[in-house]
Formats: sequence, structure tokens, C-alpha cells
Amino acid sequence: MSTQVTEVDIPAAGDIGGIGQAVRDYWARVRGGDIGSLPAVLGLIALVILFGALEGSTFLSIFNFANLINQSAAIIVLAMGLVFVLLLGEIDLSAGFAAGTCAAVLAVALNSWGLAWPVALLAALLTGAVIGLVIGNLVARLGIPSFVVTLAMFLALQGAMLLIIGEGGTIPIRSEAILVIMNGNMSVVAGWVLAAVIVGGFALTTLLAIGRRRKAGLAAEAMSVWAIKVIALAVLIFVATYLLNQERQLPTAKVVIQGVPWVVVVILVLLVGLTFILQRTGFGRHVYAVGGNREAARRAGINVKGLMITCFIFCSTLAAVAGVLLASRDNSVSPTTGGAQTLLFAVGAAVIGGTSLFGGRGKIRDAVIGGLVIAVIANGLPLITQQSGIQFIVTGLVLLVAASVDAISRRRAASTGR
Amino acid sequence: MADSGAPLLSLRGINKSFGPVHVLRDVDLDVRAGRVTALVGDNGAGKSTLIKGIAGIYPFESGQITFEGKPVSISGPKQANDLGIEVVYQDLALCDNLDVVHNMFLGREVKSGVTLNETDMEKRAGETLKGLSVRTLKSLRQQVSSLSGGQRQTVAIARAVLWNSKLVILDEPTAALGVAQTEQVLNLVRRLADNGLGVILISHNMNDVQAVADDVACLYLGQMAAQVDKEQVSSQQVVELITTGRSGDIGLQPETTMGGAA
Repeated sequence: MSTQVTEVDIPAAGDIGGIGQAVRDYWARVRGGDIGSLPAVLGLIALVILFGALEGSTFLSIFNFANLINQSAAIIVLAMGLVFVLLLGEIDLSAGFAAGTCAAVLAVALNSWGLAWPVALLAALLTGAVIGLVIGNLVARLGIPSFVVTLAMFLALQGAMLLIIGEGGTIPIRSEAILVIMNGNMSVVAGWVLAAVIVGGFALTTLLAIGRRRKAGLAAEAMSVWAIKVIALAVLIFVATYLLNQERQLPTAKVVIQGVPWVVVVILVLLVGLTFILQRTGFGRHVYAVGGNREAARRAGINVKGLMITCFIFCSTLAAVAGVLLASRDNSVSPTTGGAQTLLFAVGAAVIGGTSLFGGRGKIRDAVIGGLVIAVIANGLPLITQQSGIQFIVTGLVLLVAASVDAISRRRAASTGR
Repeated sequence: MADSGAPLLSLRGINKSFGPVHVLRDVDLDVRAGRVTALVGDNGAGKSTLIKGIAGIYPFESGQITFEGKPVSISGPKQANDLGIEVVYQDLALCDNLDVVHNMFLGREVKSGVTLNETDMEKRAGETLKGLSVRTLKSLRQQVSSLSGGQRQTVAIARAVLWNSKLVILDEPTAALGVAQTEQVLNLVRRLADNGLGVILISHNMNDVQAVADDVACLYLGQMAAQVDKEQVSSQQVVELITTGRSGDIGLQPETTMGGAA
């Protein structure tokens, strides 16, 4: 009766075929335009091989590996926030200076007001939330394009930051609790425990999900595919933990520096928590719906305006977290904190990781993968060339390539409707 | 009228104006459960206005609405949904970036605690599609962007019947489809009625009307020219009703200002 290939009845009970089937399905999705983080992962591997071959001794040193995490942490967190806004098909250009402003609030709260660090931290996060609330209301209720609103905020926040920091120009951060985030490491044992918890947690939750689907009589992932995923994650996590647990100080130095940096825990908690919100809750589902088809979402009874405001609050609050990380890394807050290319790197990270600029497509993990790509470029290029002009051009080109991949895969997705 | 049973939805003396334009004039319409009522009429005849009134997009000015034998007033889309009235609009309102299950449950997700209950939703979506004998979807977890026009229409219709709906209104479901997909969707429309639902099908296509309709209701310049059993009229007569409001002794008669059913 139709030209379609009529497949088996829809809910094919039992398991989806084995590894071969899983690979074929994945490839079909990629060809259909659902390309995800694949280019970023391939790019990351290619870059590491490239820099490793050219400047192996420096780039691949254990010290540099930890350094990479330090360099990328703030960009990753900023990009995580941007994913929320990008999913709606909006943009937040002010996130970088929102980070700077919140860092300034943190520094002033600690130094001038003498507040305890948890209170100061809370004040910084609240500042971020308020910034997001303002942007969200202007975009969702007044209907000003987010590009314009956040461009205005980009300037205004820069000014607010100068006023908060005041004449001095730079405020030092002395709170141990804040400094330890970017400068402290876990003990070797704690690092291994963390690695085990991650792998075990992933294995268990995915196993339970498979069990639930089987019990409900739905097609579930084959155990062989599950095992491969768990093993791959385990190898990745344990190798990274092993490397970070090596002594990475120069042999001449007396102190020992080893262990997983604490900031990794911050990123992991955000990665898991925000992924849960976007993938497993009604709110997250509605974010994707609004990004995919705003009118359809509205007709389905979703409070589109409220949802947009919430996303901008998420973005600016995560920018505040990024600001805290920057303050912790630099031991201080200055008018340049969160400035320069911070924002563009973060947008680049999200897009390179696979989040679409057109809305509706993207994951929190994109921010992590893309942030690492950006950090590898920023870290590896200076080893090859000292000319910062070339570094800017290369970073710009990488962003362009990522945006092209996004645009092409979107066209592909639109044209594969059979 | 063809059937003896009480109609599922019954409209009497419906009027609606937009400013000075009198769009609907004393319109009567009966929709019976288990039957496909084709609503035909030329552009501007008032089909969309009538549908939107039933769907609660905007209220009628006067007239009675009886649903399942009880007089009701429909003041909003939510209320129409609560009664069991679902509309599948021409643009379908699907999210391309979500999969079939997500689209079917959009805005009405099943949750356990704060988390979405995916297994439950997938099961119910599967059962609904099975109940409609849909076999053209490879997987319930494929994104709507990868579906053909006919498959999208299928998903939109399945979403409409997921909620124990009693009356499904379809706005030109085959307008953008090829021959094979049109047949596929028309079969689905037929099955909706066979499953006991009342169906209103807006269409410009006489072939579609001939293929699935049980009753034909024809609007002509805001008036119900005729509501007749399809068996009693030919395609030619339906076209005459659409273009002139009358065909022989059926339709609006010149001497009587208001024509009733034949």
C-alpha cells in the first residue's frame, strides 16, 4: 500500500541486535545529520596526535595534562550554561562578563565586606541568577532579540565590573576554600575512589535502564553493547586518573604535586546534574521542544516565556560558577577576568562539541568535549608558534569549521526525511 | 440523516462574525461516533472558523453545542481537550528534533517523581500506534526529522488519539502528501472511525472525500448548504454544492433563505 519499507511491528520486543547493529544504527544517525560530538572527538584525537608529534616532550608531559584541565575548566562551565541558551536558538554574549562581574562580587564580598566564603560564593551565584533573570525577561517578555539584549549587557556588565572592583584594579583572593578549587588536588586514593564511583555509577544506571525496558517488554540495548560502553569509559577514566596521579612537579622541586584536581569534581557534578535536568526531566524535554518548534511547544501547553527565562538564569548562574573558577585560578579578580576571548571560546566550545546554533540540538557533554578541544588548541599552538596572530586565526578557523559542520548537518537532517 | 443514534457532537444555529464580516450564519452540524464527516467548502466558506470554534480557539457568538448529549460551552483549547476533542492542524505542530514518543507526549509527559517515565510513555505510544495498525514506523525512538510527510501525519494523528479522545478534527491531512502516503493516511482516518471515534475531515480533495467519508457537510459562504450521507450524492453533486451551494433539490434553495439538511 505504500512506498515505505514496512518494517516489523513497531515495538519489536526483545533486544536490539548486537554490536554490529549498534554501529550501523549510529552510522545511520550520523549520516542523517544527527552528528553529535563525533567531529569534536575526532578533532580532539587528531589535535593531540598532531601536537604530540610536533612537540611531544612538552605537550604530552604529565604536567601539561593537568594544565589542560586548569585552562579549560572555566570555559567548559561557561559553555555548559550557553548550551541551555543555544538549545532555545538564542545566544548570550554577556556570559563572559557575567562571569567577571560575579567574580568581582565574590572578591569584594570576601575582602571588603569580610564575609565567610560560603556566603560570598552564594552572593556571586545570586548575582549571576539576577543577571539571567533580567536578560530572560527582556528577551522573553519584551521580545528583544537575545543578540541585542546580551550585547547591551556585554557592555553594561563590563562597566558594572569596573565599578565593583573600584580604583585598585585587582583584588586578590585569599580564601583557602576558593583557591583550592583550581589549585588543589585530591589525594591519590581519593582519585581512584572517584574513578571507581564514576565507572560503577555509569554501569549500574545504564544496566538498570536496560532492565526496566526489558521488564516493560521494550527493545533494549544488547548486553554486548552495554559492556563495550562500560569498558571504554572505564579505560578512559582510569587512564586519566592514573596520569593525574603521577608526580608532575619538576624533579628539582621539593613539593609533591599529584592527584586529580578538585575542579574535576566540580565539572563532573555539573555534567551529571545538568545532563539529568536536560535529559530526564520534563523541564529539559520542554527546552528541546521550544528549541525545535516554538509554536508546537506553545500549542502543547508549555510555558515558553517562563522556560526561556529559566534557561537564561541557568546560563548566567553557570557563568557565575565559571567566574569563581577564574578567580580561583588567577588568585585574583581584575577587570579582564572573563573578558578577552573567554566568551567566544565558550561559544566555540559548545558549538565545536556539537551543540547547534540553530537551537534544539545539543548536550551538556558537548561543552566538556568542545572545551577540551579549545584548550588543546590554546595550549598546543603556543608550543609551535609564538605568533599570537596565528593563534587567533587558527582558533577562529576551528570555530568556523564547527559552525559549518553544524549548518551542513542541519541541512542533511532536513533533507533526509524520506 | 443516515444514522439513527444520537450524534456525538451537535451544533445548532452557530453564528460567528469578525467585525462586520458575518462568517458563520446559523450553521448546523452533526458528527456521529464511528463515522467520518467530511467538511467541505470553498476557500472562505468558513471551515476553519467552524473548526477553531469547536477547538476552543475562539468562542461562537450564538448557537448551541451539544457533546455526548449534553449541552456544553467550549471557552478554551484546554476545555476542548478535556471533553475529548483533539485537532490535528495542517502544520502538524511536531518538534523535528524530538523522537516519536516525545512528540506524542509533548506537554503531557508521564513522570515518576521528577523524572520522565520513558518506558511507560514508549509502551503507551506503541499500543496506540498498534491500535491504529500503524506499521510504517521503524522505531518509536527515531527523530521526527527523519520521517516522511505521511509518517509525520501518522504521528500527529496518533498523538491526537492518545488521550482517550472522542472527536478528532483533521485539517487537510493529505494536502502535502504523495499518492501512496495519502492512501496510508486515509486508511488511518478510516481506522479512527472504525475504532469508534467521531472524525471531522476538512478536505479540498474529492477523491479523499469519496474514499473515506460517511457524511458530507458542505459550507457555502458561511451557511451549511447541506449535510448528507455520502451514498446519496455523487462527486459531481458535492462539487456543485461547494461552488453554488445547491445541487438539484439538495442544498440552499433560492426560495427558502435557509437550507437545512436534505
